[in-house]
Amino acid sequence: MKIESGLLYSQNDEWVRIEGDTATIGITDYAQSQLSDIVFAEVSIEEGDSVEAGDCIGTVESVKAASDIYTPVSGTVAAVNEAVADEPEIINKEAFGAAWFIKVTLDGAVDESELMDAAAYEKYCAEREH
Amino acid sequence: MSTKPTTGNEQKTIFELSSTGRRGMRYPKCDVPETELPAGLVRDELPLPELSEADVVRHFTNLSELNYSLDNGFYPLGSCTMKYNPKIDEKLSRLDGFVNVHPLQPIETVQGSLLLMYELQGMLQRISGMDACTLTPAAGAHGEFSGVKTIVAWHQAQGHDKRKIMLIPDSAHGTNPATSAMSGLTVKPVPTDERGNIDLEKLSALCNDELAGIMITNPNTLGLFDEHIVEVNEMVHKAGGLVYGDGANMNALLGIAHPGDLGFDVMHFNLHKTFATPHGGGGPGSGPICAKAFLAEYIPGPVACVLEEETEELPPLYGLKMPEESMGQVRSFWGHFGVMIKAYVYILMLGEEGLRRVSEYATLNANYMMESLKKVYPLPFDRPCMHEFVLEGKLPNAPEVRALDIAKRLMDYKFHPPTNYFPLIVHEALMIEPTESESKQVLDEFVAAMLAIAKEAEETPQLLHDAPLTTPFGRMDEVKAAKDLILTA
Repeated sequence: MKIESGLLYSQNDEWVRIEGDTATIGITDYAQSQLSDIVFAEVSIEEGDSVEAGDCIGTVESVKAASDIYTPVSGTVAAVNEAVADEPEIINKEAFGAAWFIKVTLDGAVDESELMDAAAYEKYCAEREH
Repeated sequence: MSTKPTTGNEQKTIFELSSTGRRGMRYPKCDVPETELPAGLVRDELPLPELSEADVVRHFTNLSELNYSLDNGFYPLGSCTMKYNPKIDEKLSRLDGFVNVHPLQPIETVQGSLLLMYELQGMLQRISGMDACTLTPAAGAHGEFSGVKTIVAWHQAQGHDKRKIMLIPDSAHGTNPATSAMSGLTVKPVPTDERGNIDLEKLSALCNDELAGIMITNPNTLGLFDEHIVEVNEMVHKAGGLVYGDGANMNALLGIAHPGDLGFDVMHFNLHKTFATPHGGGGPGSGPICAKAFLAEYIPGPVACVLEEETEELPPLYGLKMPEESMGQVRSFWGHFGVMIKAYVYILMLGEEGLRRVSEYATLNANYMMESLKKVYPLPFDRPCMHEFVLEGKLPNAPEVRALDIAKRLMDYKFHPPTNYFPLIVHEALMIEPTESESKQVLDEFVAAMLAIAKEAEETPQLLHDAPLTTPFGRMDEVKAAKDLILTA
């Protein structure tokens, strides 16, 4: 399982990469491996929408289960990645790369109290492996 | 022409078997004047298969032999309660007096059918500890929808405009949130605690004046009885919400606990699970709902009732009526009557004592298997279960093997696989429900197969990845099946 350092992680297995006032959001490699083969993905918001941390931004569906995706940060949606809907299998291959879901222009400082760094997230994943 | 031995999986479709000009029957000569059909109704082509009667009989007999059903063997499909369907139910549901009636006949001519519906309502009320019942919903999820709409209708009548939130534990069946969303409510998940109960602290934080209610399956989909169920229901009531009971797991509670006494306000039954009527391809479902007295006028209808009380000369006159504030009619006519007959027969055959024994044996069987398997398969919530239990299909010494591989390999041992990947809170879930129908011998055979597979998983994992090897078709490509649907011929 891959975990990328320098990112922030949510309890719902989303990652956030913060560069300046832009945050890129996706789902983690752990999430994709738990879901197994992803057959459908959808981003349910559009460029220009404003989002609050905790809002549902889309859905992924695998042969096992469907799962909602939530934004861990607040701001305005700057870009939506069409590729995840067109080729959902890229989420299985490049969870931290080409398979990002949205970019958000932050409307202030990110509330990191609910988020984890890579080391804490690694521990969080290990705890869930019974 | 070359001939080869077959591998058994070259089942052709009935269209591929067609041979031009072949026929199974001949029509008598036309003895009325022929009339041309209006132009717009005539098709240029009607590609129906052409076969003899023998071709058709063989085709469908061969297909039926590929089927696996309860009449073939053990079917431990968790959450589905695949118990044996007694043949007397079939026999009695096919009595002429039941089969040859029409729902629009004058009620005086169908008193027997109406009496059966009236009495079945009463039986379900008694089993649930509730005051009212409607038999119309056509299946479990339909019952849920009817029940949640009943809650919504009641809140509206009370002027509770703000109450729009439905709480749903994260172990729930997916139909629960779907039902709530379709009823115009906002769904909020409630986490499960480490003992498999509803997390009381988290629940408390979600209880406020926007609460419409909570949907609870008890025992839950982990097969565990919520240890704080009364407290949970009181907490929701105190906040002004109602409690919906998903009756999917009633097979654990018959004659032991009345949901009405535990604080549930409205619930559905799955007649096709708990009361042994064929389902899952074997026949339609039926999802009656029962409700407390204060909701009686809001449930869907019509409901069977006594229209005229018994007199010295005459028996009572049974009929149908719509509850006054009913959320509406949810099904054409009066519901799946054939299923009602089978459930009625099943309940009468077992009686009060027999129904209680159903739940006791279903629970005993599940605990026996759980104890036999937990030494090898991880058991995420390790406490006595009710009628089913959930293992983790992930073995410490076989990291590459997943629940799906184990489920597929069970088919080679001639068992129907258990439910897998549900509930979602157990990642590699294998959900096993033996029901009361099975003997210890069958349970032991299944346990032996599971233990043999665990050994194979360590020694020859590839065997599991390739399974099933002995079925007419091998491992299906589930990704392709989900992504590349061909929906037209």
